[in-house]
This record gives sequence, C-alpha cells and structure tokens, in this order.
Amino acid sequence: MRFAVRVEVRSLEGIADPEGQTIERALPALGFRGVEAVHMGKLFRFVLEADSESAARATADQMCSRLLANPVIEQADVWVEPLGADASDEPAVGRSA
Amino acid sequence: MTIRRIPPDGTHRSLGLTDDEYGEIVGVLGRPPTDVELAMYSVMWSEHCSYKSSRVHLGRLPTEGRRVIVGPGENAGVVDVGDGIAVAVRIESHNHPSAIEPYQGAATGVGGILRDIFTMGARPIALMDPLFIGSLDDARSRYILDGVVRGISGYGNSVGVPTVGGQITLDPTYKGNPLVNVFCLGLMHADHLVLGRATGVGNLAVLLGSRTGRDGIGGVSVLASAAFGEAGSGSEAAKRPSVQVGDPYEEKRLIEACLQLLDEHLVVGIQDLGGAGLACATSETAARGGLGMDVDVTAVARREPGMSAVEVMTSESQERMLAIVTPEALARVQAVCDRWEVRATVVGRVRERDEDGVGRLRIRDGFDGEVLAEVPAASLADDAPRYRRPIAAPTDLAERRAFDPGLLAAPADCGADLLELLVDPSWIYGQYDHQLFLNTVFAPGAADAALIKCAAPGIEWTGKALALSADANPGWCRIDPRLGTAATVAESALNVACAGGTPIALVNCLNFGNPEHPEVMWQLSEAIDGMAEACTALGIPVVGGNVSLYNASEGVDIDPTPVVAVVGLLDRLDRRPPAIGWVDGDEIVMLGRTVPVLGGSRWARSVRHHVDGELAPLDLSEHARLVELVAWLVAAEAGGEPEAPGLVSGIHDVSDGGLAVALAECAVAAGIGCMLRGVSSHLELFSESPSRVLVATSRAPELVRSAFAAGVEASVIGSVGGDRLVVEGLVDLALEDLLEARQANLSGVLERRAAAS
Amino acid sequence: MSATVAVVCFPGSNCEHDVVRALGTLGAAARVVWHGDDSLGDADAVVLPGGFAHGDYLRPGAIARFSPIMDAVRAFALLGGPVVGICNGFQVLTEAGMLPGALRRNSGLRFVCRTAACTVASSSSVLTAGVPVGTRLALPINHGEGNYTCDAATLASMEEAGQVVLRYDENPNGSVRSIAGVANAAGNVVGLMPHPERASSALIGSADGQILFGALLGSVAVTTS
Repeated sequence: MRFAVRVEVRSLEGIADPEGQTIERALPALGFRGVEAVHMGKLFRFVLEADSESAARATADQMCSRLLANPVIEQADVWVEPLGADASDEPAVGRSA
Repeated sequence: MTIRRIPPDGTHRSLGLTDDEYGEIVGVLGRPPTDVELAMYSVMWSEHCSYKSSRVHLGRLPTEGRRVIVGPGENAGVVDVGDGIAVAVRIESHNHPSAIEPYQGAATGVGGILRDIFTMGARPIALMDPLFIGSLDDARSRYILDGVVRGISGYGNSVGVPTVGGQITLDPTYKGNPLVNVFCLGLMHADHLVLGRATGVGNLAVLLGSRTGRDGIGGVSVLASAAFGEAGSGSEAAKRPSVQVGDPYEEKRLIEACLQLLDEHLVVGIQDLGGAGLACATSETAARGGLGMDVDVTAVARREPGMSAVEVMTSESQERMLAIVTPEALARVQAVCDRWEVRATVVGRVRERDEDGVGRLRIRDGFDGEVLAEVPAASLADDAPRYRRPIAAPTDLAERRAFDPGLLAAPADCGADLLELLVDPSWIYGQYDHQLFLNTVFAPGAADAALIKCAAPGIEWTGKALALSADANPGWCRIDPRLGTAATVAESALNVACAGGTPIALVNCLNFGNPEHPEVMWQLSEAIDGMAEACTALGIPVVGGNVSLYNASEGVDIDPTPVVAVVGLLDRLDRRPPAIGWVDGDEIVMLGRTVPVLGGSRWARSVRHHVDGELAPLDLSEHARLVELVAWLVAAEAGGEPEAPGLVSGIHDVSDGGLAVALAECAVAAGIGCMLRGVSSHLELFSESPSRVLVATSRAPELVRSAFAAGVEASVIGSVGGDRLVVEGLVDLALEDLLEARQANLSGVLERRAAAS
Repeated sequence: MSATVAVVCFPGSNCEHDVVRALGTLGAAARVVWHGDDSLGDADAVVLPGGFAHGDYLRPGAIARFSPIMDAVRAFALLGGPVVGICNGFQVLTEAGMLPGALRRNSGLRFVCRTAACTVASSSSVLTAGVPVGTRLALPINHGEGNYTCDAATLASMEEAGQVVLRYDENPNGSVRSIAGVANAAGNVVGLMPHPERASSALIGSADGQILFGALLGSVAVTTS
C-alpha cells in the first residue's frame, strides 16, 4: 500500500525559536493583530510504500529520529494517509523524478 | 532533411527582437527561422549577450600589456604574475535579477562569476561585490540590501570562496534599479589554461552539473535587455518566473570536478552556461573552434517533464558547464564526475564545417532525429547587429556645470556634516567569509585594498601577494562621465598602491541606463574614453569587461556607474604592511595637494542633495608618479629589506568624503585622535580632488624628501594624538561620536528597522 | 617522528586544505581523507574541518554523519584516538552523537565572520592539554549556526567535568554560557566553532590557533608513545 506522509519538525518546547519570534514581531507592524505563539519549522512530504498504516507510521517515526529531526533540539509530528491506487492522488510536492 | 518552419507572425517582437533584426536572421538563414532558431537568436542577440550597443565603443580601451595572456572576449582575462602562476579575473553585473529577487539574484550572480573563472582552469580564491542600493530611508531599498547581502553570504560562504572586498554606495539614483556587481579572481598554473573552444571533429560535448529546468528562460532578453517598468514590459511579478535559483552545494562539487578534469587534462575545451544557457555555450564553443556541432536536445537531463526544445536551449538553470572531451577520455570524465556526484551527459558532437565552409550548429530531436535548428554557429555568437546608436551630450550641460556646490552656504557645523558621511560597512562584510584559504592579509575595511597571498590549494605560495580594489563613483560620473571615470580608475590604482600593489590589470563593469537615450550613449562613450585615457597613462591593460544597460526605472536612467576593479601585484610579502590608521605621536603627511572643489563630492550629493558642478582636474602623469611612489613605500614595509624601514606607520587615500572622512577613518581604525591646522574651509575639508594620500610617519622630513625626489608634492598637515578629531576652526569631535555615527548610519538603520518592522 | 593527521573531506567541506597547511607548518604529516573511504589508515589524529558538508541541507552535519568514513572515526574515538571537529566538523560530531548538545542558528539570525576573543576554560582535552585555563586566544569564527545548546543537566555535568574547553569573551551567537568548544567525557573528542587554522600566522592576523594545534600534536605524542 502507498501512503502520503507529512512530517512537521519544530523546536522542542522550551528551546528558543528566534525566527518564530522575529516573525511574530513583524506581523503586527503589517496590521495583523492578535498573533501569538508563532513557531517556524520544517515540513516534509513524501510517498511511502508500506504494509499497513501503522507500519508506515513506524517507518516515518524512525526517519524522524535518525535523520529528519535532531532530538536534542527538535520534535516531530507525523501524519499518514492512505493513497488510492490512482497515481493522480499523489501529492504534487515530495515526488522526486 | 525536414526543417520545421514558422511564419513571421510577430513572435520575434515578444522575444525582444526588432523587425530589422528578424529580417537579418532571415537573411543569414536564407529562409524564415524555426521556433528554436528564433529563440536562440533572441537570446544571443540580446543586449546582455551581444553588447550590440556598446561594442563599437569598447574597441577604444587599451587591452595589451606584457603580462596579459588572455584579454577581453573570453570568459575571463588572464594575467601572468610570474613563477608559472597566472590570475584569471572577471567582473559581471547581476542587476536586474537582483532587483526582482534580491537573494537569488545576488546568489546566482556569485555562482555565474565563479564559473567564468574556473572554466579557464583557475581556482576561484577571492570575490568582491560592489553594491549600489537606494537610500535606507526607503523600505524596499532596505529589503534589497538585506536580501542581496544574504544572497552573497548564503552562496559565497557555502561554495567556499572568500569575499575579500567590495563597495557599498547608498544613493537615491538606485532606488528602482539597484546594481549588484560581482568580481572574482582565480589562480592557476599558467600552463593549465583551457579555453572555451570546441575543437577536434568527433569530440563530444558533455553537459555537466544540474539538470535543466524552466528557470530563467529568456532572462537575458526579458530581464537584462529592456527597460524596467515601461508600458508593456510587464510588472515585476510577471517577470518573476525568469529568476534562476542557485544551489551552492552543486556549484562546489562542480568546481572540484571541473578543476580535477582540467588538472588531469581530460577536456579540450570548456565553457560555463550563463545567460542564454545551452544556446550560448554550444554556439560560442563551436564558433571559437571554427567548427560545427550537433546537439541532441533529448539527451539533456531535465528537471521537469514536458519541456520544449526552445525551453531546453534557452533555460538559464544554474550550475551547468559544457565540456568538450575526446571519446577516449569520456570514461575517465564520467568517473571523476561520479566521485563528485556531478551529472555528466553527452549532449553533442563536434562536426566538420559544411561544404560551404561554414560551421553550423544543429539542434536535433535525437542524434539522428528531426533537425529543429540549423544555423551558422558564428552568426549566433559573433554576428549580432552592432548599433552605432545616436549620441548627444545633455543640452543643459553647461548650466549644470556652472551650478557649483562651492557656492552653497558653508555648513554651520562641519563636524555634524562629517558624522552624516561616515559608514561602517562591517555589517555587510561581517556576513561574508573573508578568511578562507588563509590568504587574507588585509580583510575588508582594514586598508584601501584587499591584500591576499598569491596562493591556493594546489598552488604553493612563492611570497607574492595581490592587492584588489573595486571602485565606482556615480557622483563624479554624473557630472563628467569622462573625467569621473578617469578619476575612478586613478583612485582604484591608488587604492591598490596603498596596499603595496603595483597595478597590473583592470576589469570593468559598465552600468548605464537605456542606450536608446542619446544622453546615455554619450555617458557610455565618454566613460570609455576616460577609462582609456587613465589606463593608458597608468599603464594598466583592460583584460575584461561587462556592460549592463537599461538600468532605469520609471523611465529615469541611473547615474552613470562604471565600476572598475584593479589587480595589483606585490612581489615580496614578509610582513603585514601598514594599513588605514596611525600611531600616537606620528605626524600626518599629505602626499599630493587639495584642490578646493566640491563638485561631485559626497558632501554635496548626500548632505546638500546637490548633484551638479565641475570636478577637480586630474593630472594623470602626476597621478602615475604618486601611484609608483606609494606602491614603493608600502612594498618596502612589506618585505625585501631585512626589517621594515619604518617610514610609514599608516596610510589611507583621500577620496569619497574628502579629507574629513579619511581622517575619521584613520582615527577610528587606530583608536587615536589627531590635530590639524591650516585647513582653510569646508571646501578643503570635503573636496574629493584626486591624487592625494595621507601617510602617518614618525620620520616626516625623510618622507617628504622621498616624495619630492619622486616628483610628488608632500606636506605635514597635522599630528596624531588624543581622543578627539580636531581640525582647527572646523571640526572637533570625540572618537566615540565617530564610532557611533559610523554604526548608526548603516547597521543601526537596518537592525533598528528590522526590529521595528 | 611526526604525527599523521587525517583531515576528512565531505562533499561541501572547504577548510580541509587550510587545516592541512596549518598542521603542516607545525611539522605534522596531514592529509585529506575522502568521506567515502572506510579507513583512516595510519592516522594518529583526525580532524573534521569546516565547510558546508552536503550543502548544510536539512541541518549542518545531519547527512555527513552517515558517510562511510564516520564508522572509522567513531571506532578511532572509542579507542581513545584524538578527534577534533572544527565549525562544520563540530556540527557533524554533535549530530553523530559523539559530543553532547547541538548547534542552532545564531541568535542574531545572521552569518558571522570575524575574529573573536576566546578564553581556554579547561585543559582536560586533546586540544587544550597543557594550555593553561584562562589563556586568551584571538580566533576567527565563521558560521551561521554556531549557537551551542544543551539541556540544563548536561550543561551542569559538562561544566563540572571540565568538558567546556573554550568560551567566547563576548558571545557572538547566543551559545549557552558563551560556549565556543566542548569535549566528550574522555577529552579525546573535541568540537569548537572557532577556526584554529585561520589563526596560523601573524601575516593573516593571529597565530594563536597554533597553540591549540600544537596541543593536539602534543596529545598525539602522548597517546602513541
């Protein structure tokens, strides 16, 4: 089975996020009121072949701890969604030729 | 053989070709062009690639000298520095891409200039970036400066080439059209020189590096060769797809792979892919080799599906090179590229000239497939039309020259005006790696020129050093493009001399407005004459150049901005020579003499917003004597003798901002003040008259005697000491005030605004 | 006999030649070793030099830690061999888990290149052995991600054990407690953001880096004798 996987990596709670803070300071100057808790992170999207949704999730979790995130400073959230057989269901991003 | 044809439906106009040019193409081919042919002519005959407006004038520049190995016309100029070592130098503009997307525009500018250098077989070891941006009270100018600096930092640092110098000019003339020029110097064994030539029938054209995408299609014709913001030329947003994206990591591997290929003598010719992409690289290599070439457009590795042959041939995707290799060498070329994880694909074959003696470039759909284009290679590369565009001096020239800023009211407080003129550019160069390769003796800001050891990985240091300076002065050139350009060359040569270098070569980047305006063509022609006069008088050959036209916004041309970069050679570097600064108790000697003229000065332009008047005269033979004397004085401190003669403890030329700014910069560098007497007025304080150098010395009488012996005027103008900059009757400022103003005027504005916005 | 130093080159490294040159002037036989090799040969010490291995894509050092040579570097370190990571090399060592903590984006969000005054904070490492605590060194820094971070417990135990080997006099990047360099518990693996090789002669502004490289070569003599 094929799964669309999305991984979001951001700073661990309690670790300073100067980019997020800079953006948070910039937004009010542009007229956006009421913004708080801005965090900047990384987003990964890819398609994964796996036997089951839980297997896909387990593989993605391993990818996070080994490569995609640095556990000393970052945390990762993983979303997994089954893909239909039709290739057109694939997300546009995350496909490398 | 079938050739696909298209009728003359006006497509050529949307590609930037005039009806006359279209007619000329039909004449060359004897038939209407195919779509691929039309696209190739449109990029190759663009102003950016063909220099069609400037070429008739560029021939007036002196290009020969005993050290010149390769002059203008190749990817880079090459100059012999002895010991079997040569330097390759080039400067280019990336103005229009940087105006649209500052980060990527500047980054890909750096990438492009590096490829021009290593394509000659030289390892790039030094970058310099002269930047010209609108004033910082304009939000978009701040955004552009920030993006450009990040782009240079992001690409240059990562690719592993230090940025050792540059220049920053903040002036309203660049508000809608910033200038980003990039200079690169590379070092090579002189016998490793390789040119961009496709020779040897049957040899293969191998495309190295990135896959080809849709980025930068028609960049040279759409972006760099037409006026910005004119009706019908489209908005900035519409042009954005033409911007290329740089990948410094790909470039780093490409550099290492190419230098290894050249070291192992595996290529017979090599050429980078810059503006006009594959169309340019294939036609230029074939034209220079005097042969033909077959290119299989389907062999080109693509980044995205569905790309047409037109797109593949004109894409400006970055980090690509075209190498010409023998079939026997191909396997080894492939192995070297594999090691560096660089893609290598055979895309073409060098072929005989046709029976009529013409070397033709054939673009085919498969090596034996349909012919999509068949054109004489030289017609693309060399036969673009050359225009002798109308030239006219501005009608109000006499009035403008008569409007002298010396007639303006004297400042109430010269010290306050001085503070306005101080800038600390360390906010910029502090973001650039300027130390890699362990060569950097004078980092940015330390001296009038960068000073680097003449060494590189694979090239042992033999004790020599290179002094590099990039200079421009739009204030001078607006008033008098001829004298202003000559004075710019003179200043650049003097800067190099102040770091101990004897000038040996010059490259230029001529940034001007719309060449269809006769006044702009007058500026360009005058500037070239001024450059020719100064280079001839100072004995400096011009070994390369770049012309960037259509620098204008909303129909207003920028002030003429010819940028020159001079390379100087210091034969023996044993010790750090004196730099900007001085020592407590020194006397301050001025070599040369102040002419109290404020036309073109930064005081007039920045403080009083006055852009007219006349420039102080420049005596080139007097200047040549000064350059020789200064280079000799500093070189003596740097080496040769068993110990430094100690005649010079600090040195700084007087230029932008005049005597006042030169004194302030020395005081800040040393952390010690000074006391001057006998400066009669603000005219003397802020005049930018040429051919002047401040020298700090503990042996003033000896220095003055040496100067007179060399035919140079010299006088003691003050002494070093205390913690204030004092010019009796005019200026009395604490060092902290100078430091604070320097910081506030650039980084202060940028960081404060960043925090507030 | 002169020490042999392996200087590892990843694709994107750029300081490898500089490190070889600086060590060479001290009499060491330094040579570049390719990241794809799986052996360090007869090296007495290993340096992971500065640069942008794999373009710093993902995170600096995140991909380089999986290069074949890193198995050999890890094994060499486990046997007590001296391993020094400079700048990007430091980032590789933290990503590889060979040193505690992580290096994050500079707090000023800008790349910083200048000479920084630093002070030796511990002599218990192969890079500072014999260099008295409190020795002040002028060392060039050149990084965008040199902001050293670790959790409070790790920090406390490192301070206690003398694993903080070098501090900035003025913090240029937001590093916790102005940390410029750290060592592992055994002191044989050291990472630092400043570039000792860029302070290898007065001609280029400072020769202070040679004090550290001298200590490294001295450590080699001790461990191999």
